[in-house]
Amino acid sequence: MGKLTIAGRTFDSRLLVGTGKFSSPQVMAKALAASGAEIVTVALRRVDIDNPADDTLREIDQDRFLLLPNTSGARTAEEAIRLARLARAATGIEWLKLEVTPDPYYLLPCPVETLKAAEILVKEGFVVLPYINADPILAKRLQDVGTATVMPLGSPIGSNQGLKTRASLEIIIEQSTVPVVVDAGLGLPSHVAEAMEIGADAVLVNTAIATAGDPVEMAVAFKLAVEAGRKACVAGPRAPQRTAEASSPLTGFLRE
Amino acid sequence: MNQQSAISNQQSIGSILGDHRLDADRGSWDQRLREVTSRDVEAALASRPGSYNQEKLLALISPAAEGYLEQMARISRSLTVQRFGRAMRLYAPVYLSSYCVNRCQYCGFNHDNEFARARLSVQEAVAEAEILAAEGYRDILLVSSEDRAFITVAYLTELARRLRDKFSFISIEIFQLSQAEYGQLANAGIQGCTLYQETYDRTVYARYHLGGPKADYDRRLRAFDDMGRAGMRELGLGVLLGLADWRVETLALAEHASYLMRRYWQSRVSFSFPRLRPACGVPSTEFPHLLSDRNLVQMMLALRLCFADAGIVLSTREPAWLRDHLIELAVTRISAGSRTSPGGYTDPNAHTGQFDVNDSRSPSEVVAAIKSKGFDPVWKDWDGALW
Repeated sequence: MGKLTIAGRTFDSRLLVGTGKFSSPQVMAKALAASGAEIVTVALRRVDIDNPADDTLREIDQDRFLLLPNTSGARTAEEAIRLARLARAATGIEWLKLEVTPDPYYLLPCPVETLKAAEILVKEGFVVLPYINADPILAKRLQDVGTATVMPLGSPIGSNQGLKTRASLEIIIEQSTVPVVVDAGLGLPSHVAEAMEIGADAVLVNTAIATAGDPVEMAVAFKLAVEAGRKACVAGPRAPQRTAEASSPLTGFLRE
Repeated sequence: MNQQSAISNQQSIGSILGDHRLDADRGSWDQRLREVTSRDVEAALASRPGSYNQEKLLALISPAAEGYLEQMARISRSLTVQRFGRAMRLYAPVYLSSYCVNRCQYCGFNHDNEFARARLSVQEAVAEAEILAAEGYRDILLVSSEDRAFITVAYLTELARRLRDKFSFISIEIFQLSQAEYGQLANAGIQGCTLYQETYDRTVYARYHLGGPKADYDRRLRAFDDMGRAGMRELGLGVLLGLADWRVETLALAEHASYLMRRYWQSRVSFSFPRLRPACGVPSTEFPHLLSDRNLVQMMLALRLCFADAGIVLSTREPAWLRDHLIELAVTRISAGSRTSPGGYTDPNAHTGQFDVNDSRSPSEVVAAIKSKGFDPVWKDWDGALW
């Protein structure tokens, strides 16, 4: 099925998961394990990143998972950069999910501040995975400054609405030279399958797993959906047709 | 463009409340509330969860909606979990001073009350905070009555500087400041302000606020504009429940919140629900609009159904059994083990508190209650780097 490669590192799983909103760190740990994910993102604002005894961090096996700190809560490039530097100084982790969300309600990412922060952080040696709206031009601008991926949203974070931005996502996927990780708004395994079918390199899911009735079973469901969607994409799905096309052509006999 | 924003971008909150008759001459609202039918309530419940319009809120706080609390609770819980997750932020207050120049008739710290008042030096306040830090708190609320002579901006910025390495989120619930002063505090790392209008009804406001700077209704109403312009991240609103009819107060509160969300779009609004409590010199029986448990819950749920992303804060004014139930309905931030007198953590019996705490359980007992409801107690949900 091919591996996912980000910044020279390869991963078997194409499902990235978040660590917020779970009912306990123990439930989170079980769901992470069930998801098969290899990359897990944690909000720097939520954890004592330099304290291994932190409830959340203690439950994440860092030999198994790549910890991807995120700058959730930052409203400006300056704040995101400050958080990123502190996190790297405390942990040595260079990977960073860049989130700059000045609106506290829909948590939509600010394109201006995100680009500004990405440019500086890449120069400082961070592996930057920026969370963006599904804006193809912004995606190009970010890949030009050297981000490791782009992470366009399917719909507003936590909204479970699926791929409301599909038309723009298709353009990003078509044009991007870095992996495209569809992030945010993926509320059901079918949403994730759809993202993978249209060619996303990976997806990130948090709310839909964390707030499910059974987060562990839901993590499994997402894992399977990612695999199914990826297989379908690789297998070469046919474009929808306006007319019916019989599996066995009715006039096949005329070939002779 | 949103029609409401088209109007209010030109208007101050004072004129919005005036236009809606929410600050005076409220009689027409009583009539409208009585006219709400079951069909109106059902239409409100069927509308997009979490979005605000006045008609919807009117239906949800009406007497007719009292028969729909269970449906409201289900929607509220689902919205809260979706937007905030199964997480419950914990915070604790530190009272800095009980000296006050105001004469508010419902408050234990009223200037006219005679009791042994206290104020903490910065060093003493840090000592109180250290007790909280040792219990696990990273979110601290600094509280003071109007003691400007002692609790100066210099005092607060110095205190914030000394608390920053122990606390990731510092907020205040003190007397009103100017925009420039809020700006100085924001620069010092104080990121949230709670300030209650107490009541949006001008006549009632005048009746209970007999003296001191706080007696100026219009000045107080402008406070959140100053906070918003100064870049405060969290704006905590509330009315003191018991002063005026809660239903009309909720309509006014919602208009204020909606106005702030549109205008200061980078700040998050939260609601508190302080019910009048017995306190020194405050016989709660003299207040005609005390709120039942049922109506308190109705108010909380109605606001959640209109504001999906607003913080909902619950203090120890409420009893343990009620708090435990509210955890899973709408609340996002909760205090525990609070002392409401200056120096109260160091010596619980030394001084008189602002109000009598109604849930005296320790933080660990409250944490256990949160976990038993299937929620994750969150001590740290902010980072000192974000200021």
